[in-house]
Amino acid sequence: MTVAEWLEPLMFYLFAGVTFLSALGIVLTGNIVRAAIYLLGTLGGAAGLYFLLLANLLAAVQLIVYAGGTLILIVFGVMLTSRSPWMKFSPGRGEAAAASIVAVVLFAAIVKVLTTVDWKAGARPIEQAATVRQFGSLLLQEYLVPFEAASILLLVVMIGAAYLARPEK
Amino acid sequence: MMHIGLLHYLVLAAGIFCLGILTMTLKRNAIGILIGAELVLNAANINLVAFSRYRTGAIDGQVVAVFIILLAAAEAAIAIAIFMNFYNSLATIDVDRGDRLQG
Repeated sequence: MTVAEWLEPLMFYLFAGVTFLSALGIVLTGNIVRAAIYLLGTLGGAAGLYFLLLANLLAAVQLIVYAGGTLILIVFGVMLTSRSPWMKFSPGRGEAAAASIVAVVLFAAIVKVLTTVDWKAGARPIEQAATVRQFGSLLLQEYLVPFEAASILLLVVMIGAAYLARPEK
Repeated sequence: MMHIGLLHYLVLAAGIFCLGILTMTLKRNAIGILIGAELVLNAANINLVAFSRYRTGAIDGQVVAVFIILLAAAEAAIAIAIFMNFYNSLATIDVDRGDRLQG
């Protein structure tokens, strides 16, 4: 076996484990600050998976925008609303049991459907990672309209967030 | 087990999706619910990138994933602004307290 043959499964199970266990931690912890920290684990693990899936630029974007931007925003939100009597709240046993059953059944159904499909048929895998140049030209040619719509959305969000968060007169 | 294929990523994404749904149903803290939504979006992103890698032979899935990351950031910004208002008017972040419109 070559190095690449055993390194890829190893890295996959490492990143998948980090991603999944962090997500499990978010569900199980009652402390919202810990949930935010576990979210960092999930986002970082997902970035590792993107590297394995030959999406290098996307992994970098995930780390910069998601882990660096969105997560900081969430942590600020936690800090600004922390003086709340329901900071630590654990759901009732009945609620937790019902929700868990629904989630497990949903997961089992999805996995059942996924395993019945033959994913090999007609598959055209990518063999090497796309360059930033390819990515950028795709973004500015085929996806120009969504790109512009996204920039308008960001402007709207900026104005909207500033309007919503302004102090009352 | 040793050969990693599309199915591994899809099952992992399904697991994260279900955990996100579970987070959204079980948390009463509004920010906890937002974190659950981020988990669901991440599961969708893993699916998109995995399909792009193993099935389509093009990187369109990655471009869409970038748009989803952008939408998640925009959603988080607006959601946090709404939670600030919620907290200012009710002095709590518990979503069960926001029942003023209930008849």
